[in-house]
Amino acid sequence: MSTDTLIKIDNVRKSYAGGFEALKGVNLEIKKGEILALLGPNGAGKTTLINAICGIVIPTSGTITVDGFDVVKDYRKTRSLIGLVPQELTLEAFEQVFQNVSYTRGLYGKKKDPAFIEKILKDLSLWDKKDNRLRELSGGMKRRALIAKALSHEPKILFLDEPTAGVDINLRRDMWRVVLELQKKGVTIILTTHYIEEAEAIADRVSVINHGEIIITDNKADLMQKMGQKMLTIELQETVSQIPPALQAYKLSLIKEGNALTYSYNSQAESTGITTLLQEIKQAGLKLKDLQSSQTSLENIFEQLLKESA
Amino acid sequence: MNWIGVKAIYLHEMDRMRRTIIQSILSPVISTSLYFVVFGSAIGSRIPVIEDVSYGSFIVPGLMMLVLLTQSISNAASGIFFPKFLGTINEIYAAPLSTFEVVLGFVGAATSKSIILGALILGTASLFVEIYIAHPFVMILMLVLTALSFSLLGFLIGVVSSNWEQLSLIPTIIITPMVFLGGSLYSVNWLPVIWQKISLINPVLYLVSGFRWSFYNMSDVSIVISLSMIFIFLFLNISAIVYIFSKGYKIKF
Repeated sequence: MSTDTLIKIDNVRKSYAGGFEALKGVNLEIKKGEILALLGPNGAGKTTLINAICGIVIPTSGTITVDGFDVVKDYRKTRSLIGLVPQELTLEAFEQVFQNVSYTRGLYGKKKDPAFIEKILKDLSLWDKKDNRLRELSGGMKRRALIAKALSHEPKILFLDEPTAGVDINLRRDMWRVVLELQKKGVTIILTTHYIEEAEAIADRVSVINHGEIIITDNKADLMQKMGQKMLTIELQETVSQIPPALQAYKLSLIKEGNALTYSYNSQAESTGITTLLQEIKQAGLKLKDLQSSQTSLENIFEQLLKESA
Repeated sequence: MNWIGVKAIYLHEMDRMRRTIIQSILSPVISTSLYFVVFGSAIGSRIPVIEDVSYGSFIVPGLMMLVLLTQSISNAASGIFFPKFLGTINEIYAAPLSTFEVVLGFVGAATSKSIILGALILGTASLFVEIYIAHPFVMILMLVLTALSFSLLGFLIGVVSSNWEQLSLIPTIIITPMVFLGGSLYSVNWLPVIWQKISLINPVLYLVSGFRWSFYNMSDVSIVISLSMIFIFLFLNISAIVYIFSKGYKIKF
């Protein structure tokens, strides 16, 4: 375990009574102070993994340590370090915002600190709603209230489970501002999402999970560089029914009902092959209408990884 | 011990009582007052005194037990079932709280509510009928132990229930008949011998009898047996909770 590892997940499995295996031997190390995005489609095991770290789900086997403490044996120590913003908007209906956020602080054994709660509510633009009942809040406001609750006991680790599902642009911006401020203060942040843009915008590292297994964990930039290809789209003046045999070597794809060809290449490579490709297209008698090039997004990489793991 | 956490749960639950004051306090007080009017004054006036105690006074301990039992169960059961139903229970699971601390917070609050309610019923009763308490210490002891035991039972019901129907099943089909047939409104000595014997298998009989003894020095069974029964019941409930939590049954998945 390297010195900057904060959370270590070692061969964690979780199977349910019906035989369904939600986690199939997950290994993952989360570093102190980083923002890790846990990416995966619905039902991949993201929430189960988070819940296992937070103490809501008991793993069938394997160990999880937080700051060197076991989450089962030393649960008081590990849970005190963690704040969790759940995916579902689970809140009491009739309680007031301020009171409910203070209640969460109490559950964690922390003495009352109205000034601190006030600061959190102000940071999350919730202060003017402090006396409102929770059920009177809009969906976005409820999300803010859940974040306030998670931060109420000054955690060192913050889990955000699908934080931006059904959230408008203002809240998303507010949320990322708060998240980045927390990171500056040394808080480690783990967010699960199936929106790639989110991971792309904010994460330091990305971990992709599917069918209860971690497929890859890497720095976002490295991942994009390693797997990131550029794509050249060549639009043709006339429709073709198949790719000319002379161009087989370029592994082109025919798109737009024969009106365009695509070519994938590594922009970091010494030779991209574009010049010769264009020459050979001309020799094959095809006429060009337009050219476009684009960078593969994290989304494409993600799709590719999921396809490979399926 | 995370005492602040226990206090947070306790106050949170007590606050629920304040918010639902009509349902949690007014409604049992009103319905018990109706019992006093109907059974105590109207029907009771035609029933002869029992060992120098008027029928209206005679039923006070039984009615207090009726309220204590049903309210302890329903308060504790809904106290833990609500967060399960809403999903807010995860917040408690994720907090640095031991099982014992969680039970202490929830059951402590339900017990307190029942004791407050018992005191209110006693106060209300004293407006309608003449009451004296022969053994105040035993009366308070029984009040507290009954509230605690049945709050534990209610908590257990709330934990194992998966839906609203199950939540009200045990109170409706087991507890309420047991309380009514346990001599809360009559003395089992008034029954034919065969029914007196059958009544002895009803644990509530011992609670009502013991409680009535603490008021009027009269009982269907010995006070020692009554007190023993309540301790046995308390022990059984604690054991059941310890067992269920150690197995994680219907608690964490």
